[in-house]
Amino acid sequence: MPRVVVHVMPKPEILDPQGKAVASALPRLGFEGVASVRQGKRFELELAGPADDAALAMIRQAAETLLSNPVIEDVVQIEVLEEEGA
Amino acid sequence: MRIGVVTFPGSLDDRDAQRAVRLAGAEPVALWHGDEDIADVDAIVLPGGFSYGDYLRAGAISRFAPVMEKVVDAARGGLPVLGICNGFQILCESHLLPGSMIKNAHRSFICRDQPLRVESTRTAWTTEFTEGEIIRVPLKNQDGQYVADARTLEELEGEGRVVFRYTAGATHGPEGFESNPNGSRSDIAGITNAYGNVVGLMPHPEHAVEAGFGPDEPGAGTRTGTDGLRMFTSVLRSMVG
Repeated sequence: MPRVVVHVMPKPEILDPQGKAVASALPRLGFEGVASVRQGKRFELELAGPADDAALAMIRQAAETLLSNPVIEDVVQIEVLEEEGA
Repeated sequence: MRIGVVTFPGSLDDRDAQRAVRLAGAEPVALWHGDEDIADVDAIVLPGGFSYGDYLRAGAISRFAPVMEKVVDAARGGLPVLGICNGFQILCESHLLPGSMIKNAHRSFICRDQPLRVESTRTAWTTEFTEGEIIRVPLKNQDGQYVADARTLEELEGEGRVVFRYTAGATHGPEGFESNPNGSRSDIAGITNAYGNVVGLMPHPEHAVEAGFGPDEPGAGTRTGTDGLRMFTSVLRSMVG
């Protein structure tokens, strides 16, 4: 069954407190040279049917109404994963 | 007067909100997230807590609870609706109020008695206050930073829809957050919709309704504050008026 991955990120103009927390922890562990971190969300949706245009249009709508809040987040990418073994 | 209080899975302050309604002189009606009707109540409170575990985003799943469809319809029809903390987040996710809440800028949970300046008494929930008055109610949240784009903020300010603003005088807090506890834009603690029937705020008026259990009132002794009660008596007055 095809899997569709939806990537959601905080809008660039919105401060990202979680990303900031990660950024400040990195040098404490010796990981140097990272200027900033932004933390987003990745959703994996397994489809019951084919990943055709209609299914992808529905997923885009779901991504923009439920998976993300357009006030603070952007849907940055929707990708179809190759079926395993295909 | 019957005021509905919605309980979602993970609501924490529903009983306190019911108690506030009772102390204000109205009859609290317990509503369940799965209810398909709102039992002819005269107003509705969406209480604080962590509905649906705050999964996805605070308020994001609650917005699609069966009862919310009726709450949204009733709110659009003019029914007074108050969202406290998580309830405010649900109102934003439901698009009844603009903007959204993100994690506190200092990244910590914060719990303290919070002074607020009353900016608008022209809502169903604030008629018993005076404009510019400083009130003190408890604040406790993790995702309390109010954000909205510049145009929305201008609209809120221009139309007088900021209802409460954070102000100085809290007992403690992280450095830089003595007045504004979470980094909210324009110190916004609570807002209303264009008609003034829907109000959302992050702090908790329902925890400041009974002398001896509320926040400390400077000069009046410890745990005396009852400033929050007037939000509930306000709605009674607006319904009678």
